[in-house]
Amino acid sequence: MKQNIRMALVGNPNAGKTTLFNTLTGARQHVGNYPGITVDYKEGSFTHNGQELTLTDLPGTYSLTAYSVEEVVTRDYLVNEKPQVVINIVDASNLERNLYLTTQFLELGCPLIIALNMIDTARDRGIEIKAEKLSDLLGVPVVPIIARSGKGTDELISQAILQTAQPWQPCDISYGEDLDETIIELIALISENNFLSHTYPSRFTAIKYLEHDDQILQKGQQEDSKTAALLEAKVTRVSDHLLKTLDAYPEAIIADHRYGYIKSILRQGVQTHSFDTDRLYTSDKIDKILTNRLLGPVIMLMILFGLYQFTFAWSELPVSWLGILFGWLSGQVDSLLPDGPVKSMLISGVINGMGGVLGFVPLIMFMFLGIAVLEDSGYLARVAFMMDRVFRIFGLHGSSVMPFIVSGGIAGGCAVPGVMATRTLRSPKERMATLLTVPFMNCGAKMPVIALLIGTFFSENKAMYMFSFTLISWMVALLAAKFLRSTVLKGAATPFVMELPPYRFPTLRGLAIHTWERTWQYIKKAGTVILGISILLWALMTYPGLPAASLADYEQQRQAITSSFTSDPLAESRSAAAEDISEGAQFLRQQILTIDNQQSEQALRNSFAGRIGIALEPVSRLAGFDWRTNIALVGGVAAKEVIISTLGTAYSMGKVEADASDSLGKQLSRDPNWNKVVAVAALIFIMFYAPCFVTVICIAKEAGHWGWALFSVSFNTFFAFLLATVVYQIGTWLG
Amino acid sequence: MADLNLRQMKKNQSGIIASIKVGGELGLRMREMGLVPGTKITIQGRAPLNDPVALRVMGGILTLRNNEADHIMVTVDDNDTREPGA
Repeated sequence: MKQNIRMALVGNPNAGKTTLFNTLTGARQHVGNYPGITVDYKEGSFTHNGQELTLTDLPGTYSLTAYSVEEVVTRDYLVNEKPQVVINIVDASNLERNLYLTTQFLELGCPLIIALNMIDTARDRGIEIKAEKLSDLLGVPVVPIIARSGKGTDELISQAILQTAQPWQPCDISYGEDLDETIIELIALISENNFLSHTYPSRFTAIKYLEHDDQILQKGQQEDSKTAALLEAKVTRVSDHLLKTLDAYPEAIIADHRYGYIKSILRQGVQTHSFDTDRLYTSDKIDKILTNRLLGPVIMLMILFGLYQFTFAWSELPVSWLGILFGWLSGQVDSLLPDGPVKSMLISGVINGMGGVLGFVPLIMFMFLGIAVLEDSGYLARVAFMMDRVFRIFGLHGSSVMPFIVSGGIAGGCAVPGVMATRTLRSPKERMATLLTVPFMNCGAKMPVIALLIGTFFSENKAMYMFSFTLISWMVALLAAKFLRSTVLKGAATPFVMELPPYRFPTLRGLAIHTWERTWQYIKKAGTVILGISILLWALMTYPGLPAASLADYEQQRQAITSSFTSDPLAESRSAAAEDISEGAQFLRQQILTIDNQQSEQALRNSFAGRIGIALEPVSRLAGFDWRTNIALVGGVAAKEVIISTLGTAYSMGKVEADASDSLGKQLSRDPNWNKVVAVAALIFIMFYAPCFVTVICIAKEAGHWGWALFSVSFNTFFAFLLATVVYQIGTWLG
Repeated sequence: MADLNLRQMKKNQSGIIASIKVGGELGLRMREMGLVPGTKITIQGRAPLNDPVALRVMGGILTLRNNEADHIMVTVDDNDTREPGA
């Protein structure tokens, strides 16, 4: 039995890394996660001629500096895990720039093999690359492949296995006289003191010092502050000298020489162009239309609207199937178990809670499929390009547009897939600001509540009010983003320098893996936490139950009504359907229902949630909310749909369905606690207060920290209450 | 031949990068994408609101915000007066 070989896959984003990974490992892959950070890495295993291999897919990067998490993850993995061979995938049609990353692996010295991908595309573009020549000049094997079709991958793996015998051997690239001299001095100091040498080659450390690499500087300080100070002093001296004589930073000179090294190699007959390099390719022709200054935005709106339709309209059917399934489950439990707390918990806590999480699954699958198509085809980068100017005003990034739209930018989305869609953003601060503000959009679950209140209090101008509230949600979300970016998420914009990859047809396999992987992550992560929370919420709204005396009182009332009738309509009212029964029986049924509803109201009022609602009344009065509204809003934290049903119970109206709430509307319009001003204040509060629990959990997972989820709950609630209070007070004052 | 700020270049105008005067992360991001002195660039187009700008560099297309492009000086040929869209 031969030993398992560990390989790592590295390369630029858009070089075909994921495609190669999928081609090699198929479905035998799983997602790993580094504690504390949100960058995933994937691991897959496969066999090649009887040899077991494990391949780790590292994040796509352009460099090995310490500026982004992706780069640090890649670098740390290589030096800490020391994979036996590193496969560097490069895009043959974009060789010069792709080799920039390669030079950094050469300097690190890890056993390397180059997978020269997309040789077909390159050939179409008139670029011919002599792999053998390139291999000779770089000193590492180069294997031409087409990752999409799998062509050349067998050869690649055979060659890679041969490379595992290679020791780590850093390669020297010259950085010009000034720097080379300094590097020699630095290396002398480093080797003398064994400085960081257990992890990094001396030359690599020296170069990172010259590049002012924060992570290495920090590690150096921790390990041996004396040597670190000496190194830093030398670097400062040469930096000053270079700034004076050449007006350039050392890192710029290093980059220039890396490109110089690459150019010198490519010029030795490695790469030949048979066409003019400025020729327009098919992709550029598509761009002439899709990013056209007039047509571009129109087409973009159409595509985004299409994605939205696809996600929400097409997932309706599977969502309703799941609804039926969970309804059936509730029914089964209802008929099988005796009445009591266990049954109530199973139905209201467990089944409704799980139904809440799993009900989102089709939505999330469709959304990720849609986004995967846009992302893999290269269109998403164009959206970011076109929208950046607008979103930048608010401290966001062009790529923020997608999460906003999905969350309800077009009314009726959902913040859960919206929060998860922020993964496409590579700029950390902009991503966090997007993550925290997308729940402000009007998601599908808020819509029935908004519709109810508008229908009840502003029935004369429904459409106009609906539209205004959508605009308000956009405004508030963007302004909140601006506020966050100027306070807790302060900091300069992350550079926009971004690649517009050529348009490509997404591969089916890639789409399927992409979609399933993300959906499964959602089920796993949200499913476990939400179950506990929904049971807790059920308990809050159920316990403590009504005291025995009060229960007996309701029972007595029911008895009194029943006994006033002859037994005939009584038996009838229990058995027959509502339409067929006599007037007497209907009246009886009505009477009993009224008592039942009053009992539910009393029970809710007496529960912990009710007590919280009542206790909050002195404060919530500032915004015009009475205790009934408070309970409904507390319930709404579980899911916004709950607001209507809880309000129904609180107004002793029994079960109120979200899509048939007219009677509740009438009740509200009669209640002296409600008027137009209260309605607007309530609308504002509901739109902007704490996101539902599923969203909160997703925020925690995506942000990589529970602190951000707590922040989101408290910040949003406080902010919403402030807005609602302002609306209510000013509105009341104006009359 | 004249040095021009990248922001002032017209669509489809080409030139050779003369200098990039910026350090830190922005400097790095530009360099790793191939924006170094001596590289030929062509303006591919601008976003609907005139910002960001798309450049053709080393066979690929990059985007930059105008305030980022301000750090780049480009040597352009005075005779290069190709009309946009040509």
